Amino acid sequence: MAAERGEVKLIGGWASPFVARPRIALNLKGVAYEMFQETVGKKSELLLKSNPVYKKIPVLIHNGKPICESAIIVEYIDETWSSDGASILPSDPYDRAIARFWTVYVDDKIPDAIRKLRPLVKGSAVAEVEAEKLHAALQLLEEAFEKCSKGKSFFGGDNIGYLDIALGSQLAWIKAVEKIVEIKFLDKEKIPGLVAWSERFYAHEAVKEVMPEADRLVEFTRMLLSGSFAK
Amino acid sequence: MEKSSSLKLFGSWASSYTHRVQLALKLKNIKFEYIEEDLSNKSEALLQFNPIYKKVPVLVHDDRPLAESVIILQYVDEVWNERPILPADPYERAVMRFWCHFADDKLGPAVGVVFASSGEVQNAAVDQVHENLALIERELREGYFKGRKFFGGDSIGLLDIVLGCGSYWLAVFEEVMTGVKLVDPEAFPLFHAWLREFEALDEVKETIPAVDKLLEYAKAVRAMLLGHCMGNTGVTDAATPATTAAPATATASVPDITVDSS
Repeated sequence: MAAERGEVKLIGGWASPFVARPRIALNLKGVAYEMFQETVGKKSELLLKSNPVYKKIPVLIHNGKPICESAIIVEYIDETWSSDGASILPSDPYDRAIARFWTVYVDDKIPDAIRKLRPLVKGSAVAEVEAEKLHAALQLLEEAFEKCSKGKSFFGGDNIGYLDIALGSQLAWIKAVEKIVEIKFLDKEKIPGLVAWSERFYAHEAVKEVMPEADRLVEFTRMLLSGSFAK
Repeated sequence: MEKSSSLKLFGSWASSYTHRVQLALKLKNIKFEYIEEDLSNKSEALLQFNPIYKKVPVLVHDDRPLAESVIILQYVDEVWNERPILPADPYERAVMRFWCHFADDKLGPAVGVVFASSGEVQNAAVDQVHENLALIERELREGYFKGRKFFGGDSIGLLDIVLGCGSYWLAVFEEVMTGVKLVDPEAFPLFHAWLREFEALDEVKETIPAVDKLLEYAKAVRAMLLGHCMGNTGVTDAATPATTAAPATATASVPDITVDSS
């Protein structure tokens, strides 16, 4: 019931894939929240007070209590609103461990690849090297998708789950980086399962308004690299 | 004991990450088969069970492998409900998970750099460690953990296990590197008190090897790390000092002490 939800605030930014995660999770649970957009290059008092350790987004503030780290926030959302919507974490402990493992893997490989690729130009030797790493990671995730989905639409089965959110949230930047270095990562020939999955993910009710346009992220990158966002 | 029809733990005797899992299994009184891995010569089984990271600990339950110590701990807690190590409340769980993440993301690596370096690089790393400990000290003094004997309350929980097994090494490192003070009881009185309580627990004493054994091992590793560091002033890769400093041709095993054991 809406009245029992309490006060739900999310400190975030439109471009952050990590912010996308709790947004998708809250949408899946049908929980309304107030969004506080951070200005790039300038951290708000609210953010500094709510996440003094890392000073990073996202931060979920539920009834005045802050929760930090995107993956932790998603688990919190799932546990707090456990009777709303489908379960985000798998119900079986082993499947949960697998979902958490691949999420650790995603966070270990994907953001770093994006960060390294986005300042590069098409054809650079470094781009080739970094691209290989991203291709390799996506290949492993393709295999993980086969195993986790068991023929269904998502890593989580019929519904979007924890690992779908973890990897899916990174898709916008993967698409942006494809445009920047002109290398195809979401290649139907190489990773057909993931490509089809990514289309289903993007089309989902809980996701479609959350994911930023790749072109906007390319523009954002240009501004970031030119120093437009003064610290 | 039907739930542990087949339970194997691949680990390394000096790995704090392995200790975490051993401690949790001991607290819950779960029987398991332990397989010691020579990290310089990894078994086929380990490589098969953890092909992505090739690290210990790996728990294999009924032939299904699990990797990453914090993930293993949560799995164990979910399958064997007796003597829980995670709290029931979602907010409390989020706080515990956050500080576990902090321990492995910030504190552990900083301690690793201290241990693998000397001079200016080490001084900077010691400052990092102190900054990180100060954050935990603050939570104990006036924040979320105020008034608690352990992070988990009256008895140890997930965060105690995660922080404790690694922090156990802090005194060992101080012994090996004279002049480097990591946990000054004056600067971090509550953290210091908690650590001493943790170390005094029977289950901890039965899980983590005796200090003199760890000391001997730590001295050997430090000598090797400094012997192979570039220019003897420090390491280039702050995140994994033990692995990058040890050359590929080293015959002795130089496993990570403070990062997920390779």
